[in-house]
Amino acid sequence: MSFINYSSREINCKLVYYGPGLGGKTTNLQYIYQKTNPDAKGKMISLATETERTLFFDFLPLSLGEIRGFKTRFHLYTVPGQVFYDASRKLILKGVDGVVFVADSQIERMEANIEALENLRINLQEQGYSLEKLPYVIQYNKRDLPNAAPLEELRELLNPTNVPEFEAAAVSGQGVFDTLKAVAKSVLTELKRGG
Amino acid sequence: MAEAGEVAELDTTSLSSLTAGNVAATGAISQLLSEKEFGSQFHEGERAHVHITLIAKAILLVLFDERSSLGLVRLRVRKAAEEMNRQFEAMSNRKKEDRGPSVLDDISDSDIDNLFND
Repeated sequence: MSFINYSSREINCKLVYYGPGLGGKTTNLQYIYQKTNPDAKGKMISLATETERTLFFDFLPLSLGEIRGFKTRFHLYTVPGQVFYDASRKLILKGVDGVVFVADSQIERMEANIEALENLRINLQEQGYSLEKLPYVIQYNKRDLPNAAPLEELRELLNPTNVPEFEAAAVSGQGVFDTLKAVAKSVLTELKRGG
Repeated sequence: MAEAGEVAELDTTSLSSLTAGNVAATGAISQLLSEKEFGSQFHEGERAHVHITLIAKAILLVLFDERSSLGLVRLRVRKAAEEMNRQFEAMSNRKKEDRGPSVLDDISDSDIDNLFND
């Protein structure tokens, strides 16, 4: 839930990176963290297992600049992608303002993509949100891999409503900031429309 | 987020996010056990201790060391909670129009675009 603090003149919004396990959600945040000016970011927190799998969430606070004298701060979260962490995913979606679905382009992960997207839809519905009404973008990650599925196929399966979509290779940073900018802009536009 | 005391050295943003995650997870555990909620939590360290309480829709996190004790913290939290509950109630009763026009009304599309011109 976005929060406007009039005394400290801040607008705070929550973005959640969602998607199948090992799809590159944490890598997106790591790239953003590496490439952001130190004074525009806080510490990145990763609650992960010893094998670097996300256990609960990653968290990265980010300042984008000022609008009309108000600092805009985005709190970026990832969810654990592994199927059995569903209870944790539900918790992290609470109060969400915008969602990035990080799809894994590899052909063999197509079923996992579909399952994760369906899971996102259900978990949002349980909390009274709808994917159709929420600021939402899709990132097709791992476009650099040789076994990446054709873009048309990904579109057809994962983006029937034609939301903004981005090709990415999060490891090298391709498409990472384009995705972030698109969802952040969509959140602010929605905030303005609703407020 | 409001803070008081010796917080200069603390990363209060991270602390708040982790505490919120902790409270959310504890809330989910209470649901699984058919409990209404676990109203407070205590984490005991060697030097630093953490006391977490739910007050209305807010979370009160108290950090303390050997200069205080759990009993004293609990007592003071209980007293502070009464006052905070009164304040939260007054805040929720305050009408929206009292706050004046929303900053959002003044934001233009170009303001939003300008944020991303780098």
